Amino acid sequence: MLDTRHHELGLTNDEYLLITRTLKRPPEDAELALFSVMWSEHCSYKSSRVLLDRLPDEAPWVVVGPGQNAGVVDIGDGWLAALRIESHNHPSFVEPYEGAATGIGGILRDVFTMGARPIALWDQIRFGPLEDATSRYLFEGVVAGIAGYGNAVGVPTVGGEVDFDDCYRQNPLVNVMALGLLRRDDLVLAEAGPEGTVAVLLGSATGRDGIGGASVLASAGFDSAAASKRPSVQVGDPFAEKKLIEACLTLYERGLVVGIQDLGAGGLGCASSEPVARSGVGLDLDLDSVHTRESGMTAAELLISESQERMLAFVRPEHLTAVQEVAARWEIRASVVGVVKEDETLRARLAGDVVVDLPPSTLTAGAPTYRRPAERPAWLRDLWDDEPSPEAPDLADTLFTLLDEPGLADRSWVYEQYDHQLFLNTLLGPGHDGSLLRVKGTAKGLAVSTDGNGRACQLDPRNGASRLVFEAALNVAVLGAQPWAVVDNLNFGSPEDPTVMWQFAETVEGIATACEALGVPVVGGNVSFYNETAGTAIFPTPVIGMLGLSDPAPERVPRLDRAKEGAEVWLLGPRSVDLAGTAFDHLARGHLGGRPEPPSSAAGRATVRAAKDLATGGLCPVLHDLSAGGLLIALAEICIRSGVGAVLAYEDWRELFSEGPHRLLAAIEPEAAPEVTAIARSHDLPARCIGRFGGDHIAIVGGDAGKASIQLRRAATVWRDAIPRRLRRNS
Amino acid sequence: MKTAVVVFPGTNCEHDVAYALRAVGADPELVWHRESDLSDFDGVVLPGGFAHGDYLRTGAIARFSPVMVEVARLATEGRPVLGICNGFQILCEAGLLPGALIQNQQLRFICRPVHVRVASTESMLTRSLEVGAVLQLPLNSYEGNYTAPDFDLNSVVLQYCSPTGQVTPSDNPNGAIGNTAAVTNETGNVVGIMPHPERAIESALGSRDGRLLLEGMLTALSHA
Repeated sequence: MLDTRHHELGLTNDEYLLITRTLKRPPEDAELALFSVMWSEHCSYKSSRVLLDRLPDEAPWVVVGPGQNAGVVDIGDGWLAALRIESHNHPSFVEPYEGAATGIGGILRDVFTMGARPIALWDQIRFGPLEDATSRYLFEGVVAGIAGYGNAVGVPTVGGEVDFDDCYRQNPLVNVMALGLLRRDDLVLAEAGPEGTVAVLLGSATGRDGIGGASVLASAGFDSAAASKRPSVQVGDPFAEKKLIEACLTLYERGLVVGIQDLGAGGLGCASSEPVARSGVGLDLDLDSVHTRESGMTAAELLISESQERMLAFVRPEHLTAVQEVAARWEIRASVVGVVKEDETLRARLAGDVVVDLPPSTLTAGAPTYRRPAERPAWLRDLWDDEPSPEAPDLADTLFTLLDEPGLADRSWVYEQYDHQLFLNTLLGPGHDGSLLRVKGTAKGLAVSTDGNGRACQLDPRNGASRLVFEAALNVAVLGAQPWAVVDNLNFGSPEDPTVMWQFAETVEGIATACEALGVPVVGGNVSFYNETAGTAIFPTPVIGMLGLSDPAPERVPRLDRAKEGAEVWLLGPRSVDLAGTAFDHLARGHLGGRPEPPSSAAGRATVRAAKDLATGGLCPVLHDLSAGGLLIALAEICIRSGVGAVLAYEDWRELFSEGPHRLLAAIEPEAAPEVTAIARSHDLPARCIGRFGGDHIAIVGGDAGKASIQLRRAATVWRDAIPRRLRRNS
Repeated sequence: MKTAVVVFPGTNCEHDVAYALRAVGADPELVWHRESDLSDFDGVVLPGGFAHGDYLRTGAIARFSPVMVEVARLATEGRPVLGICNGFQILCEAGLLPGALIQNQQLRFICRPVHVRVASTESMLTRSLEVGAVLQLPLNSYEGNYTAPDFDLNSVVLQYCSPTGQVTPSDNPNGAIGNTAAVTNETGNVVGIMPHPERAIESALGSRDGRLLLEGMLTALSHA
């Protein structure tokens, strides 16, 4: 009889045959369940691994590169920074609050697994337009979930991104990045240790929640039956996580663990097999010892449950009592569930029966890798030929349209729900180009920016992704930081679609090229495929998380709200009149087409260096990377937030809306102009004064689309109310 | 001037409070919630966070922690007892302060700087300040909406206000009765405050006004 158990677990016939060939027998139920999660796209990266090798991951300061729970880089003075980015797109569509909440729980565990105290979070969230009731429900639920979990677990959310587009209507994106700090000596790796080491399961009890989260939810697209997948979403308990963090940090401090692994996708099966395979040993796992919150769980359920807030620590037997004491102190449970063995076998028992008996490496290194066919989409040429209209718009109307777009408007409705100050490190919080955190006891600052742009990447995934890397680099440079490490979250449609695979390959190439140009390593990342509903994929949406090291951190950090009457408006960088993929073309013209201007490695490097020099020198009260929306909306935001108007002179109207790369907008006191010019010149960067701050209007003068003058107060009202008014409506 | 900073499971502002107390010259020490002897301490701070996950109701479980017996004793003896945010909620649940804190009017968490006006100097936090003085402090709470059945304006120490000190409904961030941001007991030694003074001790973080309040506590500690 044909065995079809694997179908509902998301494995293909070929994969099932490969398992039977590897084991030389049909797998037991529990084994099959393990293979289904460990070989899922989500855990194994089977479609992406061959391409991800292209990303540069080396630099003298990289301590731990891709492949571990989090990347770790040296930031000097004995300090290391651990960083990681993850997606929780599919769970958040099925259940927005818990999906977003458990995404945070998961990424925090990835970071404190390395021995680091998590110090900050950034969320990148994308939805359909807020005019749509489902999008409002998802948006409000996700924000509440991030707030509910992040605030309670006690890690500040200090920045992120919010964006809206039709393509995310049926497939919202919920990505989250976490940063941790640790002393060099406290680094812990996910290793199992020698024979006799005991495996201790710490934290919450295991239940049936989240069964098959990795294989069923994260590794397939959605259809109309999305609600029936709700039992695959886990439920988060930030209080349990907070106690787990403190308990684990105490264990590290006292040197009580050999290695540790968090239980995330794939649960105990994944957390036990990965460290064991990595250390080239085996493990006897006693499933009867797992503390559960339901009775009668099968071996498969115990192994792949994704119940939250659990860690698996590998402990020397002589330290076991001390570990149990620490757990008791923090009021969390600790069960000895396994013993490390010399032979490379993962053996699990339940009620006296051996339910798993296989080499752990078959689950990890043994996973298949696919070199999927890739093909440039046929429609791309037509899209490139369909260029934005050259017809001049009404400038005032257009500015109001942009100010009213939730993706460009005031996002404080979102970030004021997040604790962004805890730990007293936040020198610059949400609402700016990037965030800047101090490292207490040093002069250092850690700058972080996260950036994505689905529309630009739809038009040109390679150049779009490259531009994102340069943009993120510039966002940390304006805080005086040097780009130090990248993590990337690659959100795509189905890898089984050759055109999606082409977009993916192009994106990886684009990220690699820009990172090489900037000399910044990629230390980790996440791939989220199958972001599609009913066969329609999202735009390719890579999100770049950039860590910058600012040493010393500038004394006066440039901010968007520091422009003063009389200051000059300066534009630094190349001129750009390109409208392809811009917010202007999308919002004012309802159009997406043309081929966005490619980035330039030389200009990219020069702008980043110049921005760093300007910020460190304290020369610009405002220093702002020009990206989504372009020059005019950037100036308007500075005016609104600083409470001062401006006069701006232009020539070609397209300059006002272009999102061309490598450009900075600055507010400069007139007496600083010569020094600013000198710095720009030293980096071969064009720089010119294009206006002046003052008055209570935003006035645009001199160019081919005529003049316009907009009352600052009116602009501010529209900008501030863009998100709240849409939520009031119909709510 | 040894100050106990109580840590319940779920508390998360303990390190920040200790840092800020040290910055103003106090000698803080973290104390686990199961501690039953605070006789070595001159005063106590219950920091912010989510004690016991805020499950059941904010502060409802924390009030039964063993340390609360000692907190009550210090309060009765007239020593300085400060509850910040979640600590304020716990002091109300424990009956050491009047009233209660309920969900913000708009049913959302609020994290942003607010202005508060000194309404009374009859408390250990504000004794050296002047009535009418305006401070800027970060607010960070979901259950920050103060209410009391027999609301007594005399218990109010700080009120939410405009940047120039006007106390109006539009400057009330969360719906608190009488724009109340901080209250005290009859003897002025127990204070609950909703905004976070420990987050406003350096200009690099946006404000130094929290220092003024913590220095007030320091003075009270030295007299305790």
